[in-house]
Amino acid sequence: MTEEHVHKNGLLKPNRPVGIIGYGAYVPRYRLPGAEVARIWTGGTGGSPVKEKSVPGLDEDVITMSIEAARNALARAGIDPFELRAVWVGSESHPYAVKPTGTIVAEAIGATPAVSAADWEFACKAGTEAFTAAMGLVGSKMANYALAIGMDTAQGRPGDALEYTAAAGGAAYILGPAEEALAVVDSAYSYVSDTPDFFRRAEQKYPEHGQRFTGEPAYFTHITSAARAMLDLTGAAPEDFTFAVFHQPNAKFPQRAASLLGFKPEQITAGLLSPVIGNTYAGAALIGLSAVLDIAKPGDRILVVSFGSGAGSDAFDIRVTDKITERQKKAPTTQDYIARRTPIDYGTYVRIRGNLALK
Amino acid sequence: MEIPRHWRLKKQRYGLVGEVCPHCDAKIFPPRDVCPHCGGEAKTAFNFSGRGEVYSYTVMHDAPAGFDQNTPYAVALVKLEEGPVVTAQLTDLGEEQPRIGMPVEMVTRKIREDANERGMLIYGYKFRPVLR
Repeated sequence: MTEEHVHKNGLLKPNRPVGIIGYGAYVPRYRLPGAEVARIWTGGTGGSPVKEKSVPGLDEDVITMSIEAARNALARAGIDPFELRAVWVGSESHPYAVKPTGTIVAEAIGATPAVSAADWEFACKAGTEAFTAAMGLVGSKMANYALAIGMDTAQGRPGDALEYTAAAGGAAYILGPAEEALAVVDSAYSYVSDTPDFFRRAEQKYPEHGQRFTGEPAYFTHITSAARAMLDLTGAAPEDFTFAVFHQPNAKFPQRAASLLGFKPEQITAGLLSPVIGNTYAGAALIGLSAVLDIAKPGDRILVVSFGSGAGSDAFDIRVTDKITERQKKAPTTQDYIARRTPIDYGTYVRIRGNLALK
Repeated sequence: MEIPRHWRLKKQRYGLVGEVCPHCDAKIFPPRDVCPHCGGEAKTAFNFSGRGEVYSYTVMHDAPAGFDQNTPYAVALVKLEEGPVVTAQLTDLGEEQPRIGMPVEMVTRKIREDANERGMLIYGYKFRPVLR
């Protein structure tokens, strides 16, 4: 089989049309300004890749944050939680090493017991993996509704460059039949390769960067390859999209990816949240999409491209329907959560992230 | 460790699931299968809206075992809009001070770790100032 043949058959298209029935975001209320990290580690002389990042409270983790995002998604979907046949949570900060996040979230939202519950892992694209699988479950008619969540409370070693950006937040999506959808997901395209850009070994607290693999060989190669394949296979051009959302580990990378692909700054502004909440890892692309859906109008077309280290990207071609308008108001918006903001200093950050040894 | 108790109470703690009395329509929390108002049998599950207001509160500086890493934190009597009064922690206050009459809503949060870092994580309801 030639590479061209593989490429042409690479589009992931469900047998029956599927779409987003409901969605919901979550961002915790605390913010650590980049200037605070610089004050401690560089004497205040270094710049910061983001203005500030979101920080989870003492009583928050991926489970509690997923529960709230899922409740928001259910409020917009207007379905009984018993109708969900999957509760899938993608994250790199599942609170337990062994014991699923999915069962606790499913129990809390009232979806148990006739439901598949599982945790997904693929660095920062674990959320879009769950989203793609949910498309498949609904698209094959195995189920009518499936919940996919991307959520993280990201880890960054104190003093490391990641400490400026490693943030907390994400979004939940209920996939269902296209005729009920506020946005139809026409197709997906997944592009992966074995790339050693970033990893965390089992039982290690903090991740490691793989030398200089982060930029060109990892992020830009996978994002642009997935996006170009999606454009090519759907016959679309960048100007056909009202909005585009790219995985956002900082403010600069997604802007450069957009520029490389021929997207204009005004197409990515609504979904570019990393400057004010940081990098929410498995939540990043999906919460960018939720911010876009909050303001989208019927007929808008959205390109979403995630990225996960290790490495890969998932691209989605999404068309907003006329059902969006009434459902936007049924739950707090992404910007409602971003506006709810309490800045903290580095000392408070160290305490609430559990980095103080108390015994 | 008290794993059986946490498992038994999970529904009411995660989602504020109580009961409604089929005889007098009283909403009951915590669920107790017998209506405290009319004495009739009441086993019908009822999902509370989670909305209410602070009836009274105190701030904990000297916390019981398991909660000591969270001090200071506020504990309130919250009067739910359906009637019952529940005791719960307030969370996400930020710079806001708790006050009697404050409108609050239920969120599911981590309450504490059971026993130590090897024990299970206990989740349950808390209340925060209404988001919007």
